[in-house]
Amino acid sequence: MHDTAADEYSGHDSKAQYFWVWGALLVLTAIEVVLVYKQIFSPVRMLEVLLVLSIIKSALIIAYFMHLKFERAIMRWMLVISVSACFVIMYFFFFPDAGRVLRLGVH
Amino acid sequence: MADATLQHDAVGHETHGEFEAPLFGAYSKKVGMWLFLASDSLTFGALLVAFCYVRSYTDWPTPFHVQSIINSTIMTGCLLSSSLTMVMGVFAAQRGDRAWTRNWLLATMAFGTAFIVLHGMEWTKLIGEGLTLPIFPKPATPTDVEMVNISKNTPQFAATFFGLTAMHMLHVTVGVMYLGVIAFRKWFLPVIGVLWLAGYLLIPSDNVFHWGIHVLLVGLIVASTILFLKSKDYDAQDVEVAGLYWHFVDLVWMFIFPLVYLLSTKIT
Repeated sequence: MHDTAADEYSGHDSKAQYFWVWGALLVLTAIEVVLVYKQIFSPVRMLEVLLVLSIIKSALIIAYFMHLKFERAIMRWMLVISVSACFVIMYFFFFPDAGRVLRLGVH
Repeated sequence: MADATLQHDAVGHETHGEFEAPLFGAYSKKVGMWLFLASDSLTFGALLVAFCYVRSYTDWPTPFHVQSIINSTIMTGCLLSSSLTMVMGVFAAQRGDRAWTRNWLLATMAFGTAFIVLHGMEWTKLIGEGLTLPIFPKPATPTDVEMVNISKNTPQFAATFFGLTAMHMLHVTVGVMYLGVIAFRKWFLPVIGVLWLAGYLLIPSDNVFHWGIHVLLVGLIVASTILFLKSKDYDAQDVEVAGLYWHFVDLVWMFIFPLVYLLSTKIT
C-alpha cells in the first residue's frame, strides 16, 4: 500500500515547486485585493477579471496541491470535462432561464 | 493474488477480468474522494450561481469596510498556507515519517482553526452591527445603521452571505476534525468533546455559535462510529485522500473570497 502511493509520487515532485505555487497563490490574492481598491475596471469587467484570477488559482490548486497533473490522463480528463460541463450548463442555461421569470407577463 | 487465481481455476470459475487494473490507475479511496469532491463542487457551484443571479437582479449593497477585507485576506492566507502544510504532510506520510506527518497535519489543523476563529469573529462583528437573519438571535443594540437597513431592505444580502460562508465554514470544521482523526485517531475524540462542551458553556447564548458549536457534537458521534466500526492505523493513502478534501475546501474559498467579499467592498 505504501509502495504504490510512494511510486505515484516518485520522479515528479520537488518540494520547491509547491512553495512556488503557494507564493503564486498569495501574489494572485494580493493582486485581487489591489485591483478592487484601485477600481481600475468597471464592475462587470472587474467581475470577469476576478473570476479569471480565481480560475487560475483553482487550476494551480487542483493541478499541484491536489496532484491531478500527475494522475493518469483518463482520470484527469474525465474529472475536468464532467465538472466543467456541469458548470457550463449551470451558467449558460440555468442563469438566463432564471432571468426569464422576471420578464413574465411583460409585453 | 496468484494463489487466489489458482484456486479459482481449480474450481472452474471464470477469472477473466477479476483482477484487472483499475481504470483510473488510482486506488479506490482516491477515486471515491474525487467523485465526492466533483459532486460537492456542484453544490457550491449552484450556490454561487444562485448568489450571482440574486446579485445581478438586485440593488446590491457594498458594506464591507477595510477591516473586513483585511480579515478575509488573512483568512485566505491561512487557507493557502494550510494547503502547503498539507502537501508537506502527504510527503512525510509517503516516506513513512510518522512524527512529521503528525506535525504537518497539526500545522494544517492550526491554520484551519485560525480560519474558523477569524471567520467566527467576523460573523459576530457583522451580526452585532445589525447584519442578521430572522433565525439568528437579535443583537441587543445594533451598532451600524447601514447594516440594519441592508438586513431590512435587501435581505438577500445577509441570506446569501451567511448561507455561502456557513456552508464553507462547515466544510472547514469537518476538515479539521477529519485531519485530527487521521493524525491522532481515537485520541482526538476527547479533544472534540472538550471543545464542544467548552464552546457550549462559554459562548454566550445570544451568539449564533452557541448553537453552531453543536457541529462538533455531530462530528464527535460520526468520528466515534467510524473509529468503532473500523479502527485502523491510517496510512499514506488515507493522508493523501484527506489532503484532497482539504485542498478542495481551500479551492472553494478562492471563489467565495472575491465574489462575496471583494465585490461587496465599500470604496471611500
